[in-house]
Amino acid sequence: MKENIALKVTDKDNVATIFADDITDGSRVTVLDKRGERQEYTVKGTVPYGHKIALAPIKKGELIIKYGEEIGIATHDIAPGEYVHVHNLDSMRGRGDWDKKEG
Amino acid sequence: MEFMGYVRPDGKVGARNLVAVIPSVTCANDVAQAICHQVQGTVPYLHHQGCCQMPPDLDRVTETLISLGKSPNAAAVLIVSLGCEGTDTERLYQEIAATGKPTEIVRIQEIGGVSKAIQRGIDLARKLVIAVSGLQRQAVDISKVVMAIKCGASDTTSGMASNCVIGYVADKLVDLGATVIFGETTEFIGGEHLLARRAVNGQVAQKIYDIVAAMEQRAKAIGCDMRRGQPTPGNIAGGLSSIEEKSLGAIMKSGTKPIQGVLDYPQAITDQKGLWIKDTPGREPEILTGMAATGAQFMCFSTGRGAPQGFPSMPVLKICGNPHTYQRMEEDMDLNAGLIITGEKTIEQVGEEAFAKILRLLEGEMTKNEAIQYFSSIDIHCLGPVI
Repeated sequence: MKENIALKVTDKDNVATIFADDITDGSRVTVLDKRGERQEYTVKGTVPYGHKIALAPIKKGELIIKYGEEIGIATHDIAPGEYVHVHNLDSMRGRGDWDKKEG
Repeated sequence: MEFMGYVRPDGKVGARNLVAVIPSVTCANDVAQAICHQVQGTVPYLHHQGCCQMPPDLDRVTETLISLGKSPNAAAVLIVSLGCEGTDTERLYQEIAATGKPTEIVRIQEIGGVSKAIQRGIDLARKLVIAVSGLQRQAVDISKVVMAIKCGASDTTSGMASNCVIGYVADKLVDLGATVIFGETTEFIGGEHLLARRAVNGQVAQKIYDIVAAMEQRAKAIGCDMRRGQPTPGNIAGGLSSIEEKSLGAIMKSGTKPIQGVLDYPQAITDQKGLWIKDTPGREPEILTGMAATGAQFMCFSTGRGAPQGFPSMPVLKICGNPHTYQRMEEDMDLNAGLIITGEKTIEQVGEEAFAKILRLLEGEMTKNEAIQYFSSIDIHCLGPVI
């Protein structure tokens, strides 16, 4: 069977990007880091090509890290292998709507 | 290292030998288009500005059009003026003519209407095209290259493949003494600290923070959530979850060299070398115009979802990071960086392919969007309201 590959950019990252098609609940993916080390994950959710999964438990309000930097905060608790995208990740920048709530 | 280019009277070097037809205001677009339809070797800049704008924006339009006229791929310039525009058309004419390149102007109201202006414009354009058509390329040092870079219709492959290829080429050109310009200030949001760290001094670092803050403030001032516009729906479908993620991937294309300074949107490069930032938005029509105004001979454009657009006088080389998109849109994509994602090639291998294509492009080989003239949607980025 063809191996499903996901890439982790830096060691600090808690998400990896899947470059494989037809990934659904229960699919197995191999996460490769930049040294070529491999770790297997079971996917939770239907994840399109080029989308992300969590590599560790991420609690609501915790930072999501890719490229070694924060790309947003979790809006729900996220389990390892779970699909991470706009449904459970919130941008923290350019948020005029937050200012309005605070003001 | 050398390449064969067109040396202009002001010392700049072009990779193309075009006659640029510049409407000084949007109301002159149809005349410019009709002239270019008739006369080969001409390109129009069909923008939508130049009247009923606040004074700083009118200056911005005048200065951007001057820079476009001065850009070295334009061998000669024909300005099409309506006559009552807000753009400073006299300054536009004088400053372009001062570079020593043949410059002409046709005025629609003064000559007695559209059809007369088209007729006069065709005659002037024909004269200009014939005058420059015999110019020969000469060998010049590679340090005369000004490369613009951008990513558009990005997905998650952009930051991991095609932007890395552009970063490789950017580093190589800077090492050869050339100039590289990147922009898309919106896409510094979330990664500005990484760029500021690469600034040559504290002043440049502060300027980077300032332009990002100003861009974010413009978005926040509307009192809504920027996520409706950035990342774009296409970016989100491609797997980019936030502006921060898009920015961090976008920054990869700037390579690793020190950042020498920040250029304003209308500003042209004089003889600055190395890696520079230009304060531009991310949207294609406005950033491509801003980058062409810099005087870039060409642009390297990274895409994941498949953005086909080019620019009238600046060949745009499409480097596609997504192997699926490359397969579907090969006719619009110049290079396949998707082979990095599939593990078939390294960043360096595709980077060297890109560099070889760039050398051919500089000497006249066309890009795909250039060959089919997919480049009419351009515009000048203004800040204030239309009034």
